[in-house]
Formats: sequence, structure tokens, C-alpha cells
Amino acid sequence: MDSITLRVNGRDRQVAVSPDTPLLWVLRDTLDLTGTKFGCGVGMCGACTVHVDGDAVRSCTTPVSEAVGKKITTIEGLSATSTHPLQLAWVAEDVPQCGYCQSGQIMQAAALLAKKPHPSETEVLEAMNGNLCRCGTYQRIRKAIARAAGGAQ
Amino acid sequence: MNKVSRRDFLSTSATATAGLVIAFHLPLSGEAAASDFAPNAYVRIATDGKVTIVVARSEMGQGVRTSLPMILAEELDCDFSTIAIEQAGASTLFGDQTTGGSASVKTTWDPMRKAGAQARAVLVSAAAAQWKVPESACKTENGFVLHAATQRKASYGSLVAAASKLPVPAEPKLKTTAEFKLVGKRQPRIDTKSKVNGTAIFGIDFKMPGMKYAFLARAPKFGATVKNIDDSRSKAVPGVTHVAKISDAAVAVVGDSVWAALSGRRALKVTWDNGPNASLDSSDVSASLREAAKKKGVALYSSGDVTNAAGKRVEAEFETPFLAHAPMEPGNCTAEFRGTACELWAPTQVPQDIRDSVAQALELKPENVKVNVTLMGGGFGRRLEHDYGVEAAQVSKAINLPVKVIWTREDDMKFSTYRPVSLHQVSATVGADGYPTSITQRIISPSISRQKGTKLDDGIDPDLKDEGSFLYPAPNVLLEYVDLDTPVPLGWMRSVYASQVGFASECFLDELASAAGIDPLEYRLRLLREDKEIKFWDTTWSTARLRGVLKLAAEKAEWSKPLATGRYRGIAAHGCFGSYVAEVVEISMEGETPKIHRVVVAIDCGQVVNPNILEQQMHSAVVFGITQALHGKITVEAGAVAQSNFGDYSLLRISDVPAIEAHFVASTEAPTGAGEPPVPPLAPALCNAIFAATKKRIRTMPIFS
Repeated sequence: MDSITLRVNGRDRQVAVSPDTPLLWVLRDTLDLTGTKFGCGVGMCGACTVHVDGDAVRSCTTPVSEAVGKKITTIEGLSATSTHPLQLAWVAEDVPQCGYCQSGQIMQAAALLAKKPHPSETEVLEAMNGNLCRCGTYQRIRKAIARAAGGAQ
Repeated sequence: MNKVSRRDFLSTSATATAGLVIAFHLPLSGEAAASDFAPNAYVRIATDGKVTIVVARSEMGQGVRTSLPMILAEELDCDFSTIAIEQAGASTLFGDQTTGGSASVKTTWDPMRKAGAQARAVLVSAAAAQWKVPESACKTENGFVLHAATQRKASYGSLVAAASKLPVPAEPKLKTTAEFKLVGKRQPRIDTKSKVNGTAIFGIDFKMPGMKYAFLARAPKFGATVKNIDDSRSKAVPGVTHVAKISDAAVAVVGDSVWAALSGRRALKVTWDNGPNASLDSSDVSASLREAAKKKGVALYSSGDVTNAAGKRVEAEFETPFLAHAPMEPGNCTAEFRGTACELWAPTQVPQDIRDSVAQALELKPENVKVNVTLMGGGFGRRLEHDYGVEAAQVSKAINLPVKVIWTREDDMKFSTYRPVSLHQVSATVGADGYPTSITQRIISPSISRQKGTKLDDGIDPDLKDEGSFLYPAPNVLLEYVDLDTPVPLGWMRSVYASQVGFASECFLDELASAAGIDPLEYRLRLLREDKEIKFWDTTWSTARLRGVLKLAAEKAEWSKPLATGRYRGIAAHGCFGSYVAEVVEISMEGETPKIHRVVVAIDCGQVVNPNILEQQMHSAVVFGITQALHGKITVEAGAVAQSNFGDYSLLRISDVPAIEAHFVASTEAPTGAGEPPVPPLAPALCNAIFAATKKRIRTMPIFS
């Protein structure tokens, strides 16, 4: 197995994995960044969402080879102090129940707000529709995104 | 596998046992120090005043790591914002630790209160002795004992050494509900921050040195067995270290990484003996329900005599499918076999059952099996099973190394246990006033507990006794249960049989109201007009409380006011797990498709511990109810589950979530369940709204079938 260099949360990391390995498992197994979750393995639930060059991508269906040379950000790297406006809003609205999908929800929302600081309700729903939450925290997710975007609660 | 009845724990209340905390725990708090004051197994206080509260239920999103410590902290009068919590693993100190049946608050209410009150009483004794004042002259507040007359104040930490030498009262004085300062107030969850920055460690995140990863090839049809294994290609995958048959129905592929093990499983060739169910289809299952319906059932509940009632006969049949729990965190467990012992890190609702099943499977003494309980990415009943724990232990034993077994989503969908199918034959005789003189519901559904090995002495699945009630006191009522066999593995899913019984009875009531030309709310309230107690197995139900939630939901939904053009609504109510819930669902129709705009839900679950978490649970149950009403269906094709992932087993997505308004009845009754009771009324309220819009009755779940 060749050594691959990845730029994760602002640091270069050397990993020895086969190039077809999904980015998800490299992050979780090799780099111990377990905040990114495995939910479906086919890009249908969004639990594995990370940023690659600022875009929200499903790391479970992204071969690690495709992420080489790009900036990868995981939930651990969203804010060094857990004070990204979305994280603060998530705490203020007490969004998580089981919490398993929330890293993916926050990363998905963060990519949206980075591009569109004040999204419309329709834009929020479109952006977030690929992220499943079996606990049904959706109503508080909407409120938290609105809060972080500075809109009405 | 250890056979247990889920009802065993529902009827067993945990009792506080004096003694030091010896339960293994996750490092959520510091280790117990010898100098700590530990009056019982639930709480200890360090010399610096740090209060550590032990949670002996499993956290799967329902908030027990916040709400249960609140109960203890209330009686202890400590500063709740500074407590540490400790997760108990399988123990002998806390009674039955099963997390299920919406029972965590209900069954820990008394022991947690008593544990907090014990600690408080001893701290007061210690302070009173030091100050040479009567105990009755001392108060406690926020982690201090106070003596107002002399204006003296001692922190709990400063009293630890003295308190540790004093006897612990067996029956300490408890607060009156009027004295509660914490219980009943909105409190943020204590685990939220860890769930927004990726630091919360779930079962699937647990790691230990030298740990391998394993995926299992499981029997592709119900009852299939391994015939032949060709592991040559699998073992050639880089990183695959072992291929091991662990049972007649499972072969493990083990690797140094998740991807190696997963790739190795893909390359594995197993030839299976398909067994006796290889041709089973959903149509056979449906036919078996109808065949069983011909049998005489056993009475689950009987009042009056339905065979002697006069009136016009009305009848309808309702049917519900198998369902999968599909928690977001797929099944997993880590195990380390050590010759005569085994240790597990399990996302489980049943640590003690996992301990016993692993002991049995590996022929170990139960006391040599240690089960640590991890955080869970949802449960919904799926983690009441023992399979993932037993598998992890078996694989670890086979390879003699620590290992984490992980299920893929496809494994979770295809090799789960399923909410059983059901058929409901509901009939009534109706008097001239349009109200029933008799109501009969025949519930035909395979017994979950019997399939798992519990002998049903009276022929009734025990869960129906908590969930199958009918609380409208018609003159003659009969609930009848017909059991049948199925080769499809069955499991307890959130609200269990209640979502089926409630669907049938609440849709049927709507049909009766509509036939009588009476408003469906008014119809229900008239049936409930007298305050009556209805004894249904272990629970004494109250018509007044069911009426109360119907009125509350209707008032908040402005039932008496007309709706906007194109909007329609339906109402339903049900009682289960000791709680009462009513829901009003408001929809519009987009062609043939209902669009849900608003759900108003009202619960009476007795004393509320934390309204913030109760609201979460109600939102959650409503979304769960909508998912299963609109989409939920597991089908069987050629002896196997046809669905494989979220593409063919849809969960509700954010764009389809209505506005949910959650309300509760302020009550000082003993607390009862909240996680499951709001599920059952959703489907009938929705179907009744669809009838209001289309004049079409939906009697088969799901709506989009």
C-alpha cells in the first residue's frame, strides 16, 4: 500500500491505505477522527458528511484518492473551541437526541452557510434534505440553522 | 441465547442497594476515591464537593443521562450544573437495568429520589453534629447545609469525611412535589456539547489496542445454514487476517481495518443450505394472518357481553406490515475474550441480558463477563436484542483477539428483528343514537415474546398488556388476541403493539363517528363523559385523563374553529405504558398525496421531570409515527427481507416534517412513559384527516404502499 498525504483539519497527514478506501474509514480508523459517522455506506443518510474544499461531501462514497491535494474538514476541525455559530446554535436549541447524525447535519449546514450566510427556508430544506435523523430532531435543526444565520427563530 | 421476557423488567422496579459503586463505567467522571462519601450505589461525593451520579439505564437519545440524575439531584439539593455522571455497566446493584418500555423514569423515580435523600440526610446529620444544633433546624441548598439561626454554612465536600462515618437511613424523608426546584423545570441536556463537536464516543467509535474489525456473512434466508465456505479470495484481500465460521448461520471475516474486513467479506463465497423458508413471500405471511383469524382467540380484555348487544352491526379490517427499527448507528459491539472471561463494550439496552447470553454462548460464568454500556446512536428497541454482543464475543473467542463487529446498513435492514405484522378485525353494534353498544377488536399478530422463548401461560403476548388497551367504556367491549407462528424474526419496536392496536381502534372510532354524523372529537368525549377507572392488567386507566389529553390537543389545535380552505384534520388518542396521548394532524392534499402541515400532540405522563427532554421525545415520536404511517414497510421475498438500505426503506426527511406543537398536562401523578406513547395516535389521526379530505378510508399501513 502506498503512502498517501491528506490535508485534514489544516494538517498534513500520512496514511498507508489502498486508494479505493472510502475517505470515511480513513478518517475514522486511520486518523481516529470518529466524529464523522457511518450510517448507510451509500450516500443516502448524510451521517458521514465532511467538507472537501468547502463542499459538503459524503465521505462514505468518496474514495480517499479523490481527496488527495484537497482541504478536508471534519466536525473536529470545524472550530478549535466548538464555537462555530452552528455549534453554538445547536447547543442553544438543544438539538441532539442520540446525537449520531448531528456531526453530519452540522457539517452540511456549515457548508450551506459558508456559501449563503442568509439562506431562505427553501434553500435550507434543499440543502439539509439528504441528512437523515431517526430521532426526528428536524424541527430544532431548522431553528438552530435560523438562529446561526441570524434569522427569525 | 438467554431467553427473557421484556415484561420481566417492566414489572420489576429497581431498588437502591447500599454499598460502594463497583459497576464498571466509561470515563465520564473520575474514579471513585476511598475518601468519597458513597451512601448508596447511585451517588458519591468527593471531598472537593464533586457529586457523581450513576446512571443505570442506557442513553440512546431519550435523555436518561440528564433526566435520571435530575431526580437524584433534586432530593440531594446539589448544584446540578456541576455534577458528573457515570454510566453503569451490567451490574448487580441496580435491579433490572433494561432500558425499554418507556420505563426509565418510571422505574428509577423511587430509587433515585431515595438515593439522593439518603445522601442529603446524612450530610445534614454530619453538619448538625458539628454545630451541635438539631437536624431539623438545618436546611440544604445548592450543595450546602445551612443553619439559619447561627448563619452557619458548610459545603457538602467539607462534610464528606464526617458523613462517611455515619449510618445511612433506610427510609429518608422525601420532598413533597411542591418543594421541587429542579424536577419539572426545563434543563439543557448535559451531553449536548459532546454531540456537536464530534467528541461523543458511541459504541462504533470505541477502540482498544490490538483490536481487529469483523463483518459477518449471515444466512441469506430465514433459517438457512452454512453448507460450504470458500475463503480463498477473501483471505487474499490485503489486511484480512481471519475467516472463521462462528455459528451454523454466520461466517466472520476479520481484518486490520474496517475496509479490509468489508472487502474481505465481499470476496467471501459461502454456499448455503436454504432451509425450509426459501419460498416465503409477504403474500404467504398475509395469508397466514387470515388463516389464523379463523381460530378462536383468547380474551385480552372483556367487559359486559359483546355477543348480547343489540344494534346495527359495523365491521372493518386493518392490516399493518413488518417494520425495521433502523437506528442511525448500525449494530456493533467490541469484545475481548480472555480465556475464562470476556469483556464487552456494547451499545445495548440490555447489559445484563448481553452478559448472560455471552456467558451461555461462550460457556463462561456470568460473573466473568463484563459488559460496559456505550453511548448509542438510537435504539428504538433494536438494541434489546443480544445478537451483536454474542457475535462479537464469538468472533473474539475464535480469533483470540479483541475485535469490533460492525453491521452494515444492509445487514441492519436484512438481518434485524422486525415489528410483527398484524391483522385487526374490528366490529361494533351501534344503537339508534349512533354510539356503540358493543365494540370488539380481534388482534391477530405473532407473539414476539413467544418466538423468543417465553412461554405464554395465558396465550397472550405480555406486551399487549401494556399496549393493547381500549379506554372508551362502551357498554360491552372485547379485545381478543390470536397468536400465530412466523419464520420472520420478531422484535420490540418503539410502542410495540400499541401502534397497531391504536391504529385499528382509533380509525374505527372515526368511522363510527362519521357514520353517526357526529364530530369525531365530540364523539370521543361523549364516550368518555363519565369518570371511570378501567383496570387493564397491571394498569388502572382513567377516562378522565384520556379526556384531558383529547381536550388539550383539541384546544391547542383550535379544533372548534374552521380550517382554511383546502386544509383538513383528524384526531386520535391512545393510552399505553401508563401514559395518555392525543394528536391532531392537519393536512392538505396534493392530488392523491397528503401533505402534513401541523401536528399538535398532548401527553399526560404524570409528573414531568424535564420538559425540554419531554418535548424532544414528543417530536421524535411524532416523526417516527409519520415515517411508519407514510413509508414504513418491510416485505419478504423468497425467504428474505427485500429491503436493503434507505433507498427502499425510507425515513422522513426534513422537507416533509410538519410544524410539531408539543403540550403536556401538568400533573403530580407518578411519572410514566414518554418515549413510546406519542407514536400510536399519529397514524390514525393522519388517516382520519385523509378521510376528512377524500372520504376514503385507509385501513392498510403504510399509506404509500
